[in-house]
Amino acid sequence: MNLLLMGVNHKTAPVALREKLAAFIPDPEEAYRVLKAYPELSELILYTTCNRVEMLCVTEAVPEAESRLKAFFARDPEIASALEESLYVRRDQDAVQHLFRVAASLDSMVVGEPQVLGQIKEAYRQATSQNATGPIMNRLLHKSFSVAKRVRRETGIGDAAVSVSYAAVSLGKKIFGSLAGKNVLLLGAGEMAELALEHLRGQGVAQIVIANRTLDRGVRLAERFRGEAVSLEELDTQLLAVDILISSTGAPEYLLTRDQVKAAMRRRKQRPLFLIDIAVPRDLDPGINDLDNVYLYNIDDLQEVVAQGWEHRHKEAGKAERLVAAETLKFLEWLETLEVFPTIIDLKEKADRICEAEIDKTLKQLGPLTEEQRQALEVLTHSIAQKLLHDPIIFLKRNHHPKKIQKELDLVRRLFNLDPDRAEDAAVLEDKEPRKPSDKS
Amino acid sequence: MADPLLYLSLIAYFGATALWLGFFVAQRESLCRWGAWAMGLGLAPHSLALILRAGAYGHFPAATLGDTLLVLDWALVAAFLFLNWRHPIKVLGALAAPLAALMVCGALILPAGQGPASPLLNSVWLAVHIVLALLGYAALTLAFLGGIFYLVQERQLKGKKFGSFFYRRLPSLEQLDALNYWCLTIGFPLFTLGIIAGSLYAQHALGRLWSWDPKEVLTLIAWLFYAVLLHERLVAGWRGRRAALLSICGFLVLVVAFVGANLWFSSYHSFESFIRQP
Repeated sequence: MNLLLMGVNHKTAPVALREKLAAFIPDPEEAYRVLKAYPELSELILYTTCNRVEMLCVTEAVPEAESRLKAFFARDPEIASALEESLYVRRDQDAVQHLFRVAASLDSMVVGEPQVLGQIKEAYRQATSQNATGPIMNRLLHKSFSVAKRVRRETGIGDAAVSVSYAAVSLGKKIFGSLAGKNVLLLGAGEMAELALEHLRGQGVAQIVIANRTLDRGVRLAERFRGEAVSLEELDTQLLAVDILISSTGAPEYLLTRDQVKAAMRRRKQRPLFLIDIAVPRDLDPGINDLDNVYLYNIDDLQEVVAQGWEHRHKEAGKAERLVAAETLKFLEWLETLEVFPTIIDLKEKADRICEAEIDKTLKQLGPLTEEQRQALEVLTHSIAQKLLHDPIIFLKRNHHPKKIQKELDLVRRLFNLDPDRAEDAAVLEDKEPRKPSDKS
Repeated sequence: MADPLLYLSLIAYFGATALWLGFFVAQRESLCRWGAWAMGLGLAPHSLALILRAGAYGHFPAATLGDTLLVLDWALVAAFLFLNWRHPIKVLGALAAPLAALMVCGALILPAGQGPASPLLNSVWLAVHIVLALLGYAALTLAFLGGIFYLVQERQLKGKKFGSFFYRRLPSLEQLDALNYWCLTIGFPLFTLGIIAGSLYAQHALGRLWSWDPKEVLTLIAWLFYAVLLHERLVAGWRGRRAALLSICGFLVLVVAFVGANLWFSSYHSFESFIRQP
């Protein structure tokens, strides 16, 4: 039994090709119907994420399965030649590791972005609803989810801000702790400011005020964010109530001078003020940053936060790679036990462990016994266990359905709970991805 | 009798130091939980040692600098644990734990009380004066430690050092400023009550409220620092860097009043005068 993975991703194929490939799979039902008809593919899953289209299957006949998958990808003659260079194939250990890396967002374009796990979970739901997966694929996917969770929990891969708009949020958190309840003032209604506003709203800011040169556009934006539109002339009064100010107007000179802010700070009783100037040329006098309790950042500063964020993520990704490598080996170990004899051995060992434990317990309760009595007790216990296991073992050895041997083995292993760590992997799938917005990427 | 106990708490405080510093560097949540436990574990033998000393001397163990340091350290650890429970600013342990350990070291090196103590020390009023003042000192010490962190983090933010070691690890400015405020509003009244209790006792024992000795003068200066800071915080909204700086200045004056006044000047308040040399 072998694992085979084939696909294209953002590293091997341009977006145009990925789009065309993804377009083949608008209807998973149809795709699985075609693929399941191939006898070489005993279990399979098909997933498309933002940056990849991949198929993973369990097969007994690798070369045939490979050509089947290739043919499926190249159904459109238009892209067949382009595919030749872009398709990659991974087998067994490499396939497992590849899936784990994808689920843990190590293979993503934005390393550490949280959406990819949800997309794979969704693909897995589709695959199971089409009955395309079996014991190996189920275990593998469950494992990939738990690996992804561990990576997120144990490394800081998703911690640092890697976009300009989120950089503003992360800076704000270093000043205010929490942004909940803070008031935001937007000067100018540029696209970047809008994006930052989106992120800030996700943090639970209280009031949003938009001051724009053309009141009309300001009003429209204010409606969208349930804020209030004011004119730029009111800037000095607005400055008293606001905590976070984002400026992105096209004004040729400074909108806000050091003296203006200094006067405002006195009247604000020095409540901290966080200013972001993403306009070029700048809207806010750089000298403002010298004032106490005022923190001014321009677009270059935010870019710097992003650069640092990337560095941090790449460092954490190294830790995550080691974790993935270890989990890959663990999965392969399990895969080896999914054979008849290892399973029989596991069964017998489990029975022996139970017998020993029960004998110990009983001996303690009974008090002193003669050696013969003790032996009789042991023989009794072991023979009950053996008789009970006799039929399951014969069932495994006879192997009525050679094609479904994995299914039978998996059933037996689950029936006797031979893989205790399995329950926690399954639990990971049940809990929904926490509704974290895409803010960290 | 008390010393083995002190070694126990010394080990616990050094253990806590290692844990908190480990937490500061590695940012592992479990380390700071263990750090708090280690501090608590050290506080138990520390308390017992103080009780034993008081029993052995027959008066409140504050006759020498070493003894008083031990009481102050006890107040500091207790205040830190209380703060850690109510307003956890976890990284603070990385400064508080080593300070606690060093203060026990100091207490062990400095001579303990020997010989008959001055009759001045035999009063509940005096114990009240010392305990209140030292609890106030402890809270103000925490404000000082928080102030250091504030200045460091402010430098990172103003200097735009976004990837720096401290930027990642220190909490937000708002939290550090809240710590300053919190410690000040608790520490200052305790400190004030301590001074008042001392004056009342002086009136009772010496016949005058205030003697203008060096310790009293320095303490008054520190008190004025804190009084100005608290007043301006409440009225003019002083906060942030200025509050952190004033807390640090006030604390340094307090240290001079606590240690220096005894080393450089001699008065009825200095430790030598409490013990009659045989």
